[in-house]
Amino acid sequence: MTTAAPAATRASAPNRPADVIFKAVSTTAGVLILIALAGVAIFLVAQAVPAIIGPLPEDDSFWAWVWPLTFGTLWSAFLAMVMAVPMAIAIALFITHFAPRRLASILGYAIDLLAAIPSVIYGLWGIAVLAPFMQPAYTWLADNLGWIPLFSPPASGTGRTILTAAIVLAVMVLPIITALCREIFLQTPRLNEEASLALGATRWEMIRMAVLPHGRSGIIASSILGLGRALGETMAVAMVLASAGAVTFVVVGSQNPSTIAANIALRFPEAHGITVNMLIGSGLVLFAITLLVNALSRWIIAKTTVDGGR
Amino acid sequence: MTTTISAPRQAQNPLTAGQLPRWSPWATLLGALLVGAAVAGLVAGASGTQFSIVATAVIGFVLYLVAITVVSQLIEGGRKATDRFVTGLVTGAFLLALIPLVSLVITVVANGMARFDVELFTYSMRNVVGEGGGVLHAIIGTLLVTLWAAIISVPVGIFTAIYLVEYAKGRLAKAITFFVDVMTGIPSIVAGLFAYALFALFFGEGVRSGIGGAVALSLLMIPTVVRSTEEMLKLVPNDLREASLALGVPKWLTIAKVVLPTALAGIVTGVTLAVARVIGETAPLLIIAGFTTNMNYNVFEGRMMTLPVFAYNQYVSPGVQEQAYFDRAWAAALILILIVMILNIVARLIAHFFAPKAGR
Repeated sequence: MTTAAPAATRASAPNRPADVIFKAVSTTAGVLILIALAGVAIFLVAQAVPAIIGPLPEDDSFWAWVWPLTFGTLWSAFLAMVMAVPMAIAIALFITHFAPRRLASILGYAIDLLAAIPSVIYGLWGIAVLAPFMQPAYTWLADNLGWIPLFSPPASGTGRTILTAAIVLAVMVLPIITALCREIFLQTPRLNEEASLALGATRWEMIRMAVLPHGRSGIIASSILGLGRALGETMAVAMVLASAGAVTFVVVGSQNPSTIAANIALRFPEAHGITVNMLIGSGLVLFAITLLVNALSRWIIAKTTVDGGR
Repeated sequence: MTTTISAPRQAQNPLTAGQLPRWSPWATLLGALLVGAAVAGLVAGASGTQFSIVATAVIGFVLYLVAITVVSQLIEGGRKATDRFVTGLVTGAFLLALIPLVSLVITVVANGMARFDVELFTYSMRNVVGEGGGVLHAIIGTLLVTLWAAIISVPVGIFTAIYLVEYAKGRLAKAITFFVDVMTGIPSIVAGLFAYALFALFFGEGVRSGIGGAVALSLLMIPTVVRSTEEMLKLVPNDLREASLALGVPKWLTIAKVVLPTALAGIVTGVTLAVARVIGETAPLLIIAGFTTNMNYNVFEGRMMTLPVFAYNQYVSPGVQEQAYFDRAWAAALILILIVMILNIVARLIAHFFAPKAGR
């Protein structure tokens, strides 16, 4: 202990056993978390090693096998973010600055409800409602805008394309980004906003000059957190996406890349032998990607909130 | 545009001169939607397809944006026009985001009601092929797995938060804070793989058990519990701690009898929300708890069905009578949504009614 007090004359509190035990229990709980995380890393690596170094039954190497999945994971998450981030910023602005005051909290709660819905239900909804709804649009895009590489025909007959999966992902990460952006927009110094309005700015000018600059780093950080969620989302993608394991940028066709998480969920229940190791190895890759993304977002938050806003 | 709005220039009040009246956005919207409906109707009539509400809304929205911007540009000037354009855009974005929520709830309720009967809650799927059967085994499984996850993660989470707020100093505290953040970002399927790798080490390959699912879920639950408890403990005024310590109360008693009761409502809310978050997790349970048609009360032995896995399994691998399987999947989804909603409402009620009276 570092409590070697130089003032020896001061009466120190008696060292009660209960105190020591309580502190030990608390510390143990904290250390347990570190051990658990170390366990995650060690066990995953241990199970993945046979697949990474060893010969695989079908494919040339582990990396050749995992690359299409990694591509699909990144591509679907990217598409989802392209849709979700502008929407989330707009919704957060609407709730904080445009909606009538009394409505605002109820509307915020409605958006929060989206975050509480389990992913398997999004998957059911994606198959039963969204995919049939989007299918005519895909056919139209392939017929009329087929010269754009993204929409090159033929269109999928079921609508279960990577774009549908990305829309479901966007709906799922939307409430997360919205909730964080809302907090950040609410923290804009009230005086800045009022000064801006008093100088004759319209509401949008006030937002552009006071709210958005203040919240820029927060928007980036919350988007990256949402990206981490989109990368790791499993069930919705596994159910909605009809995958063929191809590496392609086409978003309306039936030849879609799969994602790491979805592939694990679909193949693990029947997997045995080296396949289990391969799947765990791909899980390790996913873990590394999300770790990187989350660390990036923490770094941005830490770097930009040093000024001590409050 | 059909909506030709003549600006009511009121010479007597220069403040409102050059402004659109308050009702003008609504009038413009109505006009735009009518035009949209007309266009959609014409297209539908010409091509012989059904009248499309989607087309009406899209055309109406775009027309509204154009009309309000042009009209405002002419009467109020460019800056106001931009403001009105952005207002329209932002409101549209919000309404668009509500569509999935409404559509999802309507779909789940409509499809789920088909099998929302007594048999659903009193039967398992044992020896059921085709119609009939129920989800009792899945409900029991979900409750047991979530209960065990809570038993593991609540003490660990709360004591970690106590350590971080009351004792922490130096590098260990920083490391714990950082790694709790890292844990928040673990994909749920990776948690499932971890639980599998851990249990496979002791029980051999192909292990499936409820407790494994509980371990995976607790990995996802602990960071949420730590975060919310930490926030709540930080809210407890330092005056309370100092007053208690000054009276000669030992530190652990101060924490147990003063700090924790003050923060109790917030902690319970946080734990409830954490449970609501993990109760719908599918991916880790699919991997480590597996699926079965039988009742299983023992989390330490054998496969265990859970509600989300049940919904997934019924939907993706239906038997001969497809509709019966789909109906059960939707009914399970409806039960799941109800559980999550109830947990959320309970959490908010606790936060609302049991919050400490002191303070503000």
